[in-house]
Amino acid sequence: MKTIDLSIATVRDLNQALHDQVNTVTDHEWVVTHSDGKHNLAVGVNEAVSIDIQGHAGYYCAGMNQKASITVHGNVGVGCAENMMSGYIRVKGSASQAAGATAHGGLLVIEGDAGARCGISMKGIDIVVGGSIGHMSCFMGQAGRLVVCGDAGDALGDSLYETHIYVKGTVESLGSDCIEKEMRAEHLEELQGLLDRAGFKHRAADFKRYGSARQLYNFKVDNASAY
Amino acid sequence: MCGIVGLYLKNPQLESQLGKLFEPMLQAMTDRGPDSAGFAIYGDEVADGWVKLTLQATTEGFDWKALMGELEGRLGCSLDWFQNASAAVLKINAAEAPVRLALAELAPSLRIMSAGQSIEILKGMGLPQEISQRFGLASMKGSHIIGHTRMATESAVTMEGSHPFSTGADLCLVHNGSLSNHFRLRQELKREGIHFETDNDTEVAAGYLTWRLQQGDSLKEALDHSLEDLDGFFTFAIGTRNGFAVIRDPIACKPAILAETDDYVAMASEYQALSSLPGIENARVWEPAPATMYIWERESA
Amino acid sequence: MSEKTAPVLRESATFDRLTIQEIQRAAETGIYDIRGGGTKRKLPHFDDLLLLGASVSRYPLEGYREKCGTDVILGNRFAKKPIHLKIPVTIAGMSFGALSANAKEALGRGATIAGTSTTTGDGGMTPEERGQSQHLVYQYLPSRYGMNPDDLRKADAIEIVLGQGAKPGGGGMLLGMKVTERVAGMRTLPIGVDQRSACRHPDWTGPDDLAIKIAELREITDWEKPIYVKIGASRPYYDVKLAVKAGADVIVLDGMQGGTAATQEVFIEHVGIPILSAIPQAVQALQEMGMHRKVQLIVSGGIRNGADVAKAMALGADAVAIGTAALIALGDNHPRLDEELKKIGSAAGFYDDWQNGRDPAGITTQDPELSKRLDPVEGGRRLANYLRVLVLEAQTMARACGKSHLHNLDPEDLVALTVESAAMARVPLAGTNWVPGSGTGY
Repeated sequence: MKTIDLSIATVRDLNQALHDQVNTVTDHEWVVTHSDGKHNLAVGVNEAVSIDIQGHAGYYCAGMNQKASITVHGNVGVGCAENMMSGYIRVKGSASQAAGATAHGGLLVIEGDAGARCGISMKGIDIVVGGSIGHMSCFMGQAGRLVVCGDAGDALGDSLYETHIYVKGTVESLGSDCIEKEMRAEHLEELQGLLDRAGFKHRAADFKRYGSARQLYNFKVDNASAY
Repeated sequence: MCGIVGLYLKNPQLESQLGKLFEPMLQAMTDRGPDSAGFAIYGDEVADGWVKLTLQATTEGFDWKALMGELEGRLGCSLDWFQNASAAVLKINAAEAPVRLALAELAPSLRIMSAGQSIEILKGMGLPQEISQRFGLASMKGSHIIGHTRMATESAVTMEGSHPFSTGADLCLVHNGSLSNHFRLRQELKREGIHFETDNDTEVAAGYLTWRLQQGDSLKEALDHSLEDLDGFFTFAIGTRNGFAVIRDPIACKPAILAETDDYVAMASEYQALSSLPGIENARVWEPAPATMYIWERESA
Repeated sequence: MSEKTAPVLRESATFDRLTIQEIQRAAETGIYDIRGGGTKRKLPHFDDLLLLGASVSRYPLEGYREKCGTDVILGNRFAKKPIHLKIPVTIAGMSFGALSANAKEALGRGATIAGTSTTTGDGGMTPEERGQSQHLVYQYLPSRYGMNPDDLRKADAIEIVLGQGAKPGGGGMLLGMKVTERVAGMRTLPIGVDQRSACRHPDWTGPDDLAIKIAELREITDWEKPIYVKIGASRPYYDVKLAVKAGADVIVLDGMQGGTAATQEVFIEHVGIPILSAIPQAVQALQEMGMHRKVQLIVSGGIRNGADVAKAMALGADAVAIGTAALIALGDNHPRLDEELKKIGSAAGFYDDWQNGRDPAGITTQDPELSKRLDPVEGGRRLANYLRVLVLEAQTMARACGKSHLHNLDPEDLVALTVESAAMARVPLAGTNWVPGSGTGY
């Protein structure tokens, strides 16, 4: 196990060491201490290592992650796991805005709340939030699944494409082209699978499903008020 | 664009360390704002009937002693003062208006940074560390403080363009973001009698708040009006005599974090500015919701 | 009695036939007009500037023995591997999706022969382009379509796009007929939908947050690759300063003449400023920060010939980028396509409905049959020829001005033909020493 103390080493040292694992895996387990809200921790990792960040992280923690399992024992700033391709990120605290932004794959679990724009432009990632999410979440969500065990803020799923959204609590308002949809057997199964993987003890039947009405897929003049 | 920070002490025993606790917060925001920095510190209140002004000269060599002598002679009231680098804090047993008039005649090159019974605003061009050291921030005491590090967007980097901006007695504003309709607003506010020194969008927001408060709005009403009348992206922190307020625009793209313990409430653009505060590991940390005013104030004496 | 002659008809300058047609089209359809290309109306441009060739006070260089250098190094502010190009003309970002795969391959081939770079577009990196282009700049856009770290590592530079000259403040657009299976797959979209694009980046807004994003991209790529910041010309004085403060290695400045594959006609014609008026602001900003030539400036928007290249560099650019001109070199709007263009409501020299994807040249289309018409090898040859001519023309003029490197051209080599162009370019009206406009205003 390798420990990197960010009160001594730099973020550049940390990221370079993690990137070098692609050539040779020197350590499968990494611990990062004294993170103190620093930005760009463990970005661009491309190896199936496990990383424990023992503190809060700043912006873009685990950005563009591939294959790694990263746990943050604290809160994360803007854009956690942005553009992640694969792997597993777990935030024990809360996340700031744009969590999981534009990400293509992998699983992001946030035990606390996520801020505004959670899952913005998501392209295949699975995001499971134990708490609530902020406004403009899943804006232009293209693919993947977003599960919210708490409430969702204004304009959920505005301009939505094909992401599946599941919310247990209240939704303050739905965005353009986002509607409530019927929960069928395959959705219950999909949702329960995600809750189980996240380790959250909720029942899928208590959630509602939201998806795209697909009315904005081709411009029609009658939809002008949506723009 | 910029970094903003604020610290409000709930525990009076920490007041002697206010500057020491705040200095690392300001410095943590250096990357967000390398052009200029400033802060508004509250404490060392003067009695009713007195007013405290922070005055800024263009050089450290300004002859304050001579000016204070002339002022005493001119107004015939007691005063007390001390110098801090290129600034001076003046406490005077008079109303604000005649003091401003006298200063305008005796020392037109001086800038009045703030006025009130508690507030002192100190700011200038340079890195946050330079500003902290220049004004001796680490040794300052007080009840609450807000600060700012500036990355100038559409106006020049000057001392006048730095934040905090004074918006009335004991009131000031710092801003992270960019307003899109400040040009027209400035024209309208000028016609309402508000005076501007810069092309800075934040100065317009400060002037707008001053105007609304002059119209009789409470701080909350003024900020609610600002959500309608100001267009653009902003996180504002407002310093008041008894505390501070935070508000974000409805789109809320610019960051803001709050942290609260039994001893303090702290605010910053980024968490890393809060990481040096005592007890931060156990603080309640959260993000303010858009278009919502958060305010912490002690009861007035 | 006089002969009866037909009355002379008078057209309104305000409500001309084009305007009448547009109003009636809007009334008919209820939708704004969308097209490709850049601004079509006449604007102050490089044609309004002239270079002062040598005579008695100044002496020219002989071609070919007396060298006129053309190379440029981009991105040596922070990157470990700056890009060294043989010529100061690059190929601007144009997406696979907007363009056919064959067109992207042709651009890569031609640029490599000429010793310069190409740029991906909104939609990601194709193997064709990476395979053929020796220097590939990978665009990082608000949509993040096709963005992934593997391609980031394969790129030679990263270009963070805030906007483009055709539509500063606007996002990408690709209509359903061009969202084919392959395009949809790359962009994670359903096939055939009209692609809606965000106009702001999803995870940062403002130069203070851009600085953190630039740091992230550097960290992911181990500080190897230059980071460009591309802006549509609007308030370039402030934008350039902020891009420098945020950490850019190179700034790409695109004037309103810059093309697009598709956007609203009103956006193209009425938002943004001409490149001529943008370059001096950008250069002033760089000079005030002590960063001219240290953060390189690439300008684009209506670059057509070697004279434009020379004049842009004389104003202070380190390099230029071409987009529309490159497509024309490949065969866009060729006279031999006139018959076919007439069938789709246009004509050679007028065609701008690139958003429809029916381009008979096989360039701005996804249709497999039409795409076949563009042979990538032949297209590459044509582009390389055109680039060679641009550079030879620029060198000829630079030598005539006594310059041993294109970089040594400066504003003093220029005069203007009109008051507007003199004011915008900040050079004197020919025959006078008058530069209109009271100072710089900044």
